Amino acid sequence: MQTLSLINSKSFSNIKQFNQGVADSIPLVLGGVPFGVIFGTLAMNAGLDVWQTIGMSSIVFAGSAQFVAVGMLAAGTSLGFVIGATIIINLRHLIYAASMLPHVKHLPQKWRVPLGFLLIDEVFAATYPRYLNYPQSNNSHWHYLGVGVSFYLSWNIATIVGIFFGANIEGIGEWGLDFAMSATFIGMVMPHLINKPMIAGVLTSAVLAVVTYSLPHKIGLVIASLGGMTVGYLLEEWQNTINKNNNSTDKNTGKDTEKNLEKKAEQAS
Amino acid sequence: MNIWLLIALMALATFTIRYALYARANAISLPPKLERALKYSAPCVLTAIWVPAILMPKGVLDPTLANPYFIGGLVAIIIGLWKKNTLLTIAISMTCFFTYKWLQ
Repeated sequence: MQTLSLINSKSFSNIKQFNQGVADSIPLVLGGVPFGVIFGTLAMNAGLDVWQTIGMSSIVFAGSAQFVAVGMLAAGTSLGFVIGATIIINLRHLIYAASMLPHVKHLPQKWRVPLGFLLIDEVFAATYPRYLNYPQSNNSHWHYLGVGVSFYLSWNIATIVGIFFGANIEGIGEWGLDFAMSATFIGMVMPHLINKPMIAGVLTSAVLAVVTYSLPHKIGLVIASLGGMTVGYLLEEWQNTINKNNNSTDKNTGKDTEKNLEKKAEQAS
Repeated sequence: MNIWLLIALMALATFTIRYALYARANAISLPPKLERALKYSAPCVLTAIWVPAILMPKGVLDPTLANPYFIGGLVAIIIGLWKKNTLLTIAISMTCFFTYKWLQ
């Protein structure tokens, strides 16, 4: 217990948090680079000029939505539909924002604006565990910023590489660099699978993601995520109800054990 | 179509979705039930991304030995569950993935 609380209350300098964020972003950056390069190539083929392609990566900064928009442009879809698709594709970011909410509410707007802008899949994936592992830390937003800046720069550099050298590295999509993203996400999810509600939620999400894969605009991703969260939450509620009922049948013994545990904990520390 | 207008509107839509909750973060308090459900958000969203990525890298279900993503993913799952160490999982599964892909 002591080591645990020591780790959790460990404090880091802002620079150290930032650098750790950059380090934690590396595997996801590696997985994202080929997509940035492919985007640069595709956008030019779809009729965007150099500055418009760079503009889309640097101002919009939304990988999936950028791909869909370029695809729709090439197919001659009207502006309203492209914007509509952008909104639907990015709806999942609301889940990220809601999860990060308790951790950013103390920050001034000059922090919340850039952190909101940088809130993409990979940034959420890489920085959210930091907040869970170091709940006492009051400067984890520097870690968030480090991940975000690292991903932003790499996405834009990759886009530029795609614009100018796309034809020379045509096979980059076949190199398998995108596996880095899957490996990272698996490595992040597995340690969470320690209780039944979480296991059930994740399995539900997995099945729904495959079943809904063919739905357009990443709607399947939203359905699968919400489905998994709902199953996890409901199972947790159900377990709590059962535990409550068990406790109420032998209230005294339950309280005694709790007190004993507290005493033991005090003695141990 | 005016491409710059499209870029501006896409940027507006994207930023609004990401920033909307942050904007009034100190005024919004989420219902406790939702907060408890959000505990499941990261593992569920990430799973909804990686499962199709390893099971259907070409868009169709392919859980076979011919699919290096599937093999690499299985290695990652086993190492991840066993060692519960993210970096180790990434390192070993990527080594396996690229070796397997190269041998094919």
